[in-house]
Amino acid sequence: MATQILLKNIDVPGLAGFQVYRNLGGYTAVEKALKTLTPDEVTDEVKKSGLKGRGGAGFPTGMKWGFIDKQSGKDRYLVCNYDESEPGTFKDRHIGTLNPHQLIEGMILGSYALGAKTAYIYIRGELFYVLNIIEKAIQEAYNNGYLGQNILGSGYSLDLYCHPGAGAYICGEETALLESLEGKRGNPRIKPPFPAIVGLYGCPTVVNNVETIATLPWIINNGSDAYAAIGVGNSKGTKLISACGHINKPGIYEIELGLPVEEFIFSDEYCGGIRDGNKLKAVVAGGSSVPILPAELILKTAAGQPRLMSYESLSEGGFQTGTMLGSGGFIVMDHTTCIVKNLLTFARFYRHESCGQCSPCREGTSWMEKILTRIENGQGTTKDIDLLVDISKHVEGNTICPLGDAAAWPVASAIRHFREEFEEHIKLQKCPF
Amino acid sequence: MQDNIKISEFSRETLDLVNRIINRYPKGREKSALLPLLHIAQSENNGWLSPEMMDYVASLLKIESIEVYEVASFYSMFNLKPVGNCVIEVCQTGPCWLRGAENILAHFEAKLGIKPGETTQDGKFTLKTVECLAACGNGPVIQVGKEYHENLTTNKADELLEKWKRENKISHTNPYL
Ligand SMILES: Cc1cc2nc3c(=O)[nH]c(=O)nc-3n(C[C@H](O)[C@H](O)[C@H](O)COP(=O)(O)O)c2cc1C
Repeated sequence: MATQILLKNIDVPGLAGFQVYRNLGGYTAVEKALKTLTPDEVTDEVKKSGLKGRGGAGFPTGMKWGFIDKQSGKDRYLVCNYDESEPGTFKDRHIGTLNPHQLIEGMILGSYALGAKTAYIYIRGELFYVLNIIEKAIQEAYNNGYLGQNILGSGYSLDLYCHPGAGAYICGEETALLESLEGKRGNPRIKPPFPAIVGLYGCPTVVNNVETIATLPWIINNGSDAYAAIGVGNSKGTKLISACGHINKPGIYEIELGLPVEEFIFSDEYCGGIRDGNKLKAVVAGGSSVPILPAELILKTAAGQPRLMSYESLSEGGFQTGTMLGSGGFIVMDHTTCIVKNLLTFARFYRHESCGQCSPCREGTSWMEKILTRIENGQGTTKDIDLLVDISKHVEGNTICPLGDAAAWPVASAIRHFREEFEEHIKLQKCPF
Repeated sequence: MQDNIKISEFSRETLDLVNRIINRYPKGREKSALLPLLHIAQSENNGWLSPEMMDYVASLLKIESIEVYEVASFYSMFNLKPVGNCVIEVCQTGPCWLRGAENILAHFEAKLGIKPGETTQDGKFTLKTVECLAACGNGPVIQVGKEYHENLTTNKADELLEKWKRENKISHTNPYL
């Protein structure tokens, strides 16, 4: 059984309540940190653990904290990214619903390390019922002296609040999130300056994903060495994988990084194989934006090595034959799936979610959706395939935020690996599925 | 469906909640409370944001009305036109599509006799398509107010519709309560 850091007690009844969480060793990391560690020592532990951000980009967490401007004299903020909107990703919902105190404990640790007096959890508006659960848990944490003034007599004070979004994937992008938290449209900011220097209200700010933050108590309790001992290469620790699509057991699994993809898909401990005894056709391994891979390339690298669930292994081969771990949103498709139609739903998603600020993304996403609709409906021409590739290239890298890339990669990769399926739609003048 | 009822101010209780929320943000940054307040305002205004309601929110936050309009029009959860009592939102993104979301949508369309974006004659139901609700493992998924309904089948959809008809379901309730 893999080490469980996030899901260990997830089935314990009443875990969302303070007392149950506390009885299982909850809030001991806060006690340890506030009583025996300086903020910089907490940051060092996180640096040494090798923890990378679990929101998708995989940026080393401790290093990000190290960039925070502690000299400016301004307030500093920690903001938790609970926007969870990347199609295929549904792991954070699980943590907040069933184990909110672990997230809160992580927020206290992170805020202490950064010297933040106020922290926010920005949660997508659709998950308001989860916001209610977390707010209740926050109230309990206040009542028990883990939030508010002079926590545990340490002299450190912290206020923690939830903030709802209102339906916009783009607000998962950290600078759009900060705009949204300031009560504005979610238009991403130009970087630099990075939030660590100019973030919320112009103050130094760190934005971290829910899973990243909920991992912190374990690292502080067990030490960075214990964390770094889990995983392979530079992929340290465990990762939540939310698996969906045509598998027998969709759900949220905590894996040790380095697990073979084949084992993840086919073993009963995880996805339990493909539904109805069907054949595996393709996988989108890290949320809708990462390149799709056909069965042979997701199970083995182009060099013939078993593909592992790790940052390095999934990206081996670059975009020609590899993909990315991304957010851990693992979408599995069996042989009955129309790759064009699946892609069309993604294209519609990105068109809908483009904030409209940059023309390549605003126009490109709607052109891609239009052309894909045409092909799927049997009205495409051979030129359309190259046109799609051309548009995707003009979107990629030409926008303020990576939503443009996120919209372009699925299109480029689907054509790269499944070109004949697009051609068949055009030849038959209908969808072959 | 009700259009343009004249808005009265929030109740004392709602104003207390509003003030508690505004106090979560630093002095001078009250505008941060805009999204939470718009959620509340929409729930108090039959599920949509009328210009009058948005003006009222602007007055509560001491900002210009245009600052509210430009934000309200950006976020997909805010309805800028009247909606039915019960808004049914059907996820249609890839993972839900892989598990039969199109059938579910077609089923609601047939049962209610409306297309996405429309409201039934009696004003009871509005049908909407939405993008990924982050419950992909349990697709097809729909959202009604704060409720998620997952692993949906046409049978389950029928049961829900019956129940909502019976209880005159109203999906826009104050999300903080
Ligand atoms: C379009 C877009 C959407 C994103 N959505 C999310 C999201 O829902 N949740 C998240 O944690 N990160 C999301 N990110 C990544 C964030 O910008 C940021 O990298 C992350 O929150 C940092 O936290 P981490 O270092 O702990 O991963 C998104 C990025 C982009 C470009």
